[in-house]
Amino acid sequence: MAQTIEPAAAPEPRTDPTAPPLGGGSRGALGRFFERHPVWTGFLFLALAILLWAIFAPWPKDMVAILGRKKIFLNALFNGITLGALYFLVASGFTLIFGLMKHVNLAHGSLYLLGGYIGYEVAEATGYWVPSFLVAFLLVGLLGLLMQVFVLRHLVGQELRETLVTIGISIVLADLMLWIWGGDFYQILAPEWLSGPVQLPLVTAVKRSGVPVFLKYPSVRLAILAGAVLVGVAMWLALNRTRIGMLIRAGVDDRDMLAATGVPVEVIFAAVFAFGAGLAGIAGVVGGTFQSLAPGEDTRFLLASLVVVIVGGMGSIPGAALGALLVGLAEQFGSVYTPTYAVVFTFVIMVLVLAFRPQGLLPGTR
Amino acid sequence: MAGPEGPAQREVYEVKTGTIALFVGAAMMAVQPAGAAEPIRIGVMATLEGTYTVLGEDGIRGFELALMKWGRKAGGRDIEVIVASTDATPDSAVRAARKLVEQDGVDIVVGPLSGSEGIAIRDYCKTQPQVTFVNGISGAQETTLYDPCPNFFRFNMDGAQWSAGLGEYIYDEKGYRTIATIGEDYSFVYTQVFGLVLEFCALGGEVTERFWVPLGTKDFSSIIAALPDDVDAIYLGLGGGDAVNFLNQYAQAGGDAAFVGGTIMVDGTVLNSKGRAKELLIGVPSSGPQADTWDDPGWRAFVKAYQDAFPPEKRFPSPSLLATGYYNATTAVLTALDSIDGDLSDGQKRFREELTKLELDAPNGPIRLDGNRQAIGWNFVSEVVQLEDGNLATRLVKIKKEVNQTLGLDPATFKKIGLPGRDVPECRQSY
Repeated sequence: MAQTIEPAAAPEPRTDPTAPPLGGGSRGALGRFFERHPVWTGFLFLALAILLWAIFAPWPKDMVAILGRKKIFLNALFNGITLGALYFLVASGFTLIFGLMKHVNLAHGSLYLLGGYIGYEVAEATGYWVPSFLVAFLLVGLLGLLMQVFVLRHLVGQELRETLVTIGISIVLADLMLWIWGGDFYQILAPEWLSGPVQLPLVTAVKRSGVPVFLKYPSVRLAILAGAVLVGVAMWLALNRTRIGMLIRAGVDDRDMLAATGVPVEVIFAAVFAFGAGLAGIAGVVGGTFQSLAPGEDTRFLLASLVVVIVGGMGSIPGAALGALLVGLAEQFGSVYTPTYAVVFTFVIMVLVLAFRPQGLLPGTR
Repeated sequence: MAGPEGPAQREVYEVKTGTIALFVGAAMMAVQPAGAAEPIRIGVMATLEGTYTVLGEDGIRGFELALMKWGRKAGGRDIEVIVASTDATPDSAVRAARKLVEQDGVDIVVGPLSGSEGIAIRDYCKTQPQVTFVNGISGAQETTLYDPCPNFFRFNMDGAQWSAGLGEYIYDEKGYRTIATIGEDYSFVYTQVFGLVLEFCALGGEVTERFWVPLGTKDFSSIIAALPDDVDAIYLGLGGGDAVNFLNQYAQAGGDAAFVGGTIMVDGTVLNSKGRAKELLIGVPSSGPQADTWDDPGWRAFVKAYQDAFPPEKRFPSPSLLATGYYNATTAVLTALDSIDGDLSDGQKRFREELTKLELDAPNGPIRLDGNRQAIGWNFVSEVVQLEDGNLATRLVKIKKEVNQTLGLDPATFKKIGLPGRDVPECRQSY
C-alpha cells in the first residue's frame, strides 16, 4: 500500500514509508497522500507557511513593489475564498445529485436564479433577510422534487434525453423568470447588522507614526463564508456519520444492491434531488446579496458549477469545496493582478486538471 | 441587385437562378410599381441579452416610440420591422446584422447599441453598400473618425463628446485635482475616458491610475480594495449590471470616496435598479447627451410621450439615453423617408443625401452631421438627485452646445493623440 513514487530525497519529516496513516479513519486518505508523495507534501507545507506569513506578517518593501499593497493581496485572498463559498453552495447540490443519481441537471443554474428572485421577494415583503433563505430553500427544493418525480425519474440512464430535457427546462424557466421579473438588476439587501465592513485583526500596513492599519472587510461576506463552511461541514457529517448518509453513500456505490435490500431508493433519490435544488436556491439568495440577479446569471452559475465539479471531481463534496476554492481564488487574483486575462484563469485550471488528472482533484471514492 | 426589390422577388431569386429568375423578377417589377405598396423593411438590433439587456430593451422602446409617432408608415410606405438581438460583443453584432441583411433582406438597419459593436458594424457595412446603417447609440470614437463607412450614419455623439464639459466642471466647481478611473475594458469606455482625460488634464488635473475590468465583471470586491485612497475622486466608467454590482459591493466594503460618473453609470438603467446601493450615486457629477429633469419643452414632450406610450412597469420613470438615442436614429430615418416619399431606388442615393443634410430637432438639442456622418450636438453636465417620489434622476448643471467629434481641437492635432485606448491619451496639459 505504501509505495514511494517520488524519489525520497525530500528533507521532510514524513518520508518514512512505513509510518502509519495519519489520523486513520476518515483522514486516512490525507495520510496516504502524505506517505506516497513526500515531496509534494513538502511543497504543500512550504506554500502554506508562506501564505500564513503573507497573511499575518507586515510586508517588506520589496514585496510591496512586486505584489502591490498588502491590503490588495489580502482582499483578493478573502474575496476568492468567499466567492469560492458561493460557488461551493451552488456546485455542492449539483455534484450531490450527480454523485447519487448520475443526473447531469443542466437546469441547476435556473434553480439558483429562481432561488435568488424568491429570496428577493421575501426580503422585500417581510423586511427580513434570514427567512428568505428558508423560503428559497423550501420552494426551490419543492420544484426540484417535482422535476425529479415527474421528469427525471422516467429518464434514468438515458443520458442524452436527460441532458436535453434539463436544458429545455432551464430555457423554459429562464423565460418564465424573464416574464415575471423582467430584465432589471435585483439586489437583496443585507440586514443592517451585516451592512458595512468589520475590522479584522490583520495588519495591512503600519503608518509612519507607528499606528498599525487593520484590514476592513465586508461583514456580509464573512457571514456568507461562515454559512457555507457550516453547510459544507454539516453535509459532510450527514453523509459520513448518519444513517441517511450511509444509505446515500450506499446508493452511490451500488444502487441496485441497495434497492434489493429493501431500502426505498426512489424516496432517497427524490429527497436528495430536492435538497440539492434547495441548496441552489439558498445560493441564489447569497449571490443576490453580494452580487446581483439578472437574466443570464443562470447560465453563468451553471457554467461555474460545471467547472467546479470538473476540477474537484464529479460527485464528490470535498472535491466541490476544493474546486470552488480554486476557481474563486483564480477569479479574484486574476481580476486584481492581470485584469485583462482574469476570465481565462478558470478555464486554464480546468484544462490543466482535465489534461493531467481527468478524474478531478478529489474524485469520489468508488 | 439594387432597386426596390421586395421580399417576394428575393425569394424567387433564391429558388431559381439564371435568366429565368431575372425574367420573372423583371416581370414582377413591372407588376408592382416601385415603392407603392411594398413595405420598407427596417432591421433593428440592440443588446437584448447579457449585461446590457435592460439597456437594449429601453433602446427598443425608443425605436418603437418613433415608429408609433409615424403610425408605422413613412413616405407613403408601410414599415416592416425585424428585431435582432446582440450581447454587446462585436461578433454578436455582426451575426445579427448579417441575419438582418442577408436573410431578412432589410433596406435599413438601425443599431447597434454598444461601442465595440459599432466598430464591427462599420467594417461589415462596407461589404453591404446597398443597405443604409443608422447607428443606434453605440459611442466608440473610431467608428466614424477612422476609415468611416460611406453608408453608416451616426446621429448620436461618441463617448468622448459625451464627456465634454465634465472635466471642466469637476476641476473648477468641485475642485478635484487628482482622479483615478475604473472602467470596463472596451472601446466605448476608452472613448469616454479619452474625453475626460483630455479636458481635465488640459486644466492641470492629474489622472493617477486607470483600472480596466472585463465587461460583465460580477465581483468587484478585490478591485475595490485596490482603488487608491489618496485621490480626490474616482471616475466610474461602468454600465448596466456591472455598475450595480460595483456599487453594491462598494457599499458593503464601506468605502467613502467621491465619485465622478461616466455617461451610462448614471443612466436610468442604473438609477432605477432595485436595491439601495444606487443611493451612493446621489450628488455624483456626470455628463452625457441628456439630463432627465431638463425643463426644455421639447424634452418634456418627449418624456411625456415615452411615459404615455408604455405602462409604468414596462418602462423607466423617464427615458434613458438609450431610448433617446434609438428614438433620434429612427426619427432621422423616418423624416428622411418622408421627404423623399419612400424612394429607395438607385442604391438609396436620395435617402442618403437626405440623411446627410438632415438637421434633426431632437428632444435633447439640435443634431447635425459632419463630413464623416457623425453627429454634432449638445452635451449635458448634470448631477444625480433624488426626486420627491424617491426616484433618482439627473439634474442639469450646464449645457455644452455644438460639441464636435474632435472636441474643438484641430483635426490633425486630434488624430495625433491617437485612438482611445487603455493608456491613450496621456495626461498632458497640451497636445
